Amino acid sequence: MLTAEERREIEEKLTQYPTRQAVCIDAMLIVQRHQGWVSDESMHDLSDLLGLSVADMDGVATFYNLIRRKPVGRHVALICDSVSCWIMGCERVRDHLCGRLGAQLGETTADGRFTLLPIVCLGACDHAPAMMIDGKLYEDLNVEQIEEVLTHYD
Amino acid sequence: MEKPLTGNFRPDKEAVSLAEYERAGGYQGLRRALSMAPVEVVELVKRSNLRGRGGAGFPTGMKWSFVPMGKEAPHPKYLVANADEMEPGTFKDRALMERDPHQLIEGMIVSAYAIEADIGYIFLRGEYECSHDRLSRAIAEARASNYIGRNIMGSGYSLEIHLHVSAGRYICGEETALLNALEGKRAHPRTKPPFPQVSGLWGKPTIVQNVETLCNVHHIVDKGPDWFRGLSRTEDGGTKLFGVSGKVKKPGLWELPMGTPMREILEDHAGGMCDGLLFRGLLPGGASTDFLVAEHLDTPMDYGNVQRAGSRLGTGTMVVLDDRTCPVGMVWNLEHFFAQESCGWCTPCWSGLAWTEKILFAMEQGKGIRRDLDTLIFQTKFLAPGNTFCAFAPGAVEPLQSALKYFADDFRRHVDEQRCPWR
Repeated sequence: MLTAEERREIEEKLTQYPTRQAVCIDAMLIVQRHQGWVSDESMHDLSDLLGLSVADMDGVATFYNLIRRKPVGRHVALICDSVSCWIMGCERVRDHLCGRLGAQLGETTADGRFTLLPIVCLGACDHAPAMMIDGKLYEDLNVEQIEEVLTHYD
Repeated sequence: MEKPLTGNFRPDKEAVSLAEYERAGGYQGLRRALSMAPVEVVELVKRSNLRGRGGAGFPTGMKWSFVPMGKEAPHPKYLVANADEMEPGTFKDRALMERDPHQLIEGMIVSAYAIEADIGYIFLRGEYECSHDRLSRAIAEARASNYIGRNIMGSGYSLEIHLHVSAGRYICGEETALLNALEGKRAHPRTKPPFPQVSGLWGKPTIVQNVETLCNVHHIVDKGPDWFRGLSRTEDGGTKLFGVSGKVKKPGLWELPMGTPMREILEDHAGGMCDGLLFRGLLPGGASTDFLVAEHLDTPMDYGNVQRAGSRLGTGTMVVLDDRTCPVGMVWNLEHFFAQESCGWCTPCWSGLAWTEKILFAMEQGKGIRRDLDTLIFQTKFLAPGNTFCAFAPGAVEPLQSALKYFADDFRRHVDEQRCPWR
């Protein structure tokens, strides 16, 4: 079931576009912001609300990088792997994070604390390497700093 | 030196508030525009020689002149700010949106007025959360002050602006793919014609412009096209946000006159290479531009001069390659990005880029074979303009084709020695 708040946010988006179809990406992102991911159940609810088939909505969901159709951990870390971060050593950042948390990119830690995902350029190239956790940007990363950052997420 | 785009930036990196923006002359360009006919605004932008800052460099005023105008024109018409900054190595639009959000909004209103648009969308990258928060607040403030909404400042002109958060794919930066994304569809590019200026969002006339382009428009209206052209050191008008990343002493972003030489940006602003490292080359304007090397360092950074040097100004944010970083590895990283981000619509792109990426990865792993070098050259031709549905794949092979030219020995060594010499 969509919550009243999710429904309210989606209804507001519906006033901003001439078709209900246009809202499907916004709607999936709204659900994801509240639940962490978009479940099959949510897809059915959105399908009813927007008048689109689940199949068509899945066609959209699978196209976009940021729509998650699988559950994630309590925190999601996006590790930039694009060119400036690569030059500045993002592979070391990635290896340290993966080793420290015991999960590979695309995986969630066994305790459900973190999901680690690669991300394309975060637009922080002058402060590379960069990563983003739950929407917060971290720049000029090194191994010591990663340790400090991790203490903020339990 | 005048810095119209970044002059109001606060040192503490917070957003310029509405009150601060107005005190610094903000929304004066809008007032002036509303006192003119829309076609006169288009004329000013044409005379300013403003060209698109998203990478392609198309003359902005000319683009607008294709929009049907007057009583017979279809409505609603749309103006879209392309804020889907996803070109690797590019970090300029994020700065403009986070630090002076009202500037983008004013630029959008004036541009929308010029084409008699009814609705504006900001198509924003999903990861740009700070931009999202600051733009949302600025839109609400602008609405409360009647800079957007019905009958703007008593002019009779009405415009709504909405923020659309993208779910992420590089191809959404391509304007027709962006339109499909805004309509809630998979973001495949569209055939042209019809051109979006005539038939864009939901079949209505639509203009899509990059954030930095829009941020210039009300300054041009306020201070005039001659002033704007005078900001530049060369024939392309205005200032430009230039950035440098990679192993330089002071990576960063600066607003400088269009046509500032590459060497000046690298040495005077970015502080030159880090100690102990030598310059080998750079991508002048993001991942999809050809490498330039030491012989090009005196090139003025504008559209024409960078093109004559064999590359593109692109987004104007340079990525520097030093002598301790493997050029083959760097190109592998770039092609990995492009192969991943290909929308899958046309075969040369999805097949050719995946193939290219596999070859480069094998080379980096010490498993390259001689024939791979010929295959890579073949790919640069297979993916050339005319063979693909949109400009994505031709852009993707620009760094590859120039790397094969300037760093040929490095590619050969990977194959001959069966290893990456930098690892």
